[in-house]
Amino acid sequence: MKLINELEKTQMTRTDLPSFGPGDTVKAWLKVIEGGKERLQAFEGVCVARKNSGLKECFTLRKISNGVGVERTILLHSPRLGSLEVTRRGDVRQARLFYLRDKVGKKAKIKEKRLPTKA
Amino acid sequence: MKAILGKKIGMTQVFDENGLIVPVTVVEAGPCIVVRRRTKSKDGYEAVQVGYALIREKLLNKPEKGQFRPKKGDANQPNLPNLRYLREFRVDESNTLKRGDEIRVEMFEAGEKVDVTAISKGKGFQGTMKRHRFGGGPRSHGSMTHRQPCSGGGTDPARVFVGTRKPGHMGDVQVTQLGLRVVKVDAEKNLILIRGAIPGPNNRLVTVRAAVKSGKK
Repeated sequence: MKLINELEKTQMTRTDLPSFGPGDTVKAWLKVIEGGKERLQAFEGVCVARKNSGLKECFTLRKISNGVGVERTILLHSPRLGSLEVTRRGDVRQARLFYLRDKVGKKAKIKEKRLPTKA
Repeated sequence: MKAILGKKIGMTQVFDENGLIVPVTVVEAGPCIVVRRRTKSKDGYEAVQVGYALIREKLLNKPEKGQFRPKKGDANQPNLPNLRYLREFRVDESNTLKRGDEIRVEMFEAGEKVDVTAISKGKGFQGTMKRHRFGGGPRSHGSMTHRQPCSGGGTDPARVFVGTRKPGHMGDVQVTQLGLRVVKVDAEKNLILIRGAIPGPNNRLVTVRAAVKSGKK
């Protein structure tokens, strides 16, 4: 087990990512290989879940694309993940926001977190 | 001879050069020490006896310890550390390995195909559905034969044929998985990462050797 932990640690090179949690709207820049060329493609959506830990840690982003709900699960330590930006902090109570799948329109909206302003 | 003894550590995943996940089994292999060279003239066959895993002297009996001490009257033979496992690998007559030689993981390289042998996990006494992949009976509609083995054969021979598949002990037998791909070799830590699963529980002795079948590239 110790050996496996060490091995996994050597692959966990992503320390450049900002901290984010469920409810936050996140823009993930993903590396797409097309015709031998590599480019970055953005996928912006609400983080509905953070799962697993260590090397296998991943998160799921949900967005409504052309009227269709799309979810994408991305490995946090994947080399295919170019960069990450948090565009909006959400105020939610649950760790998993799968209830959003059954909500449409205004009900699927997430309140913005009001961060304490420095006095 | 391209074979090594090792210990199954467990499974994990690594990213390949395309950034995709590859499931791998980690095997801590070697360093193994050649304990004995079997020769056709003396033993009737050509093989190399290889030892693996250091062990306290207390845990070996006298005949076992004797394998690692120099032969009486032959001071040239090297004194070897006490080892837990001894296994033999068949080799050609031309093989130059001798007592005291070390076998390390470096002889394997990423991308190459290997066969892995180990004693599989013991499953205990199991029914025919698990042991022989029988279909079982209907689960409802008044059926009373859910997981039963059903008929043992016809009535004419008035006996059950030898070899008819029945419930019984499952697992804990030697299994060889052929044609597995080596993903990575870590010479420093004596690790081999093999794509996919290999037989046996963690910490079990495994034998990794070059694939006997070339197969599809």
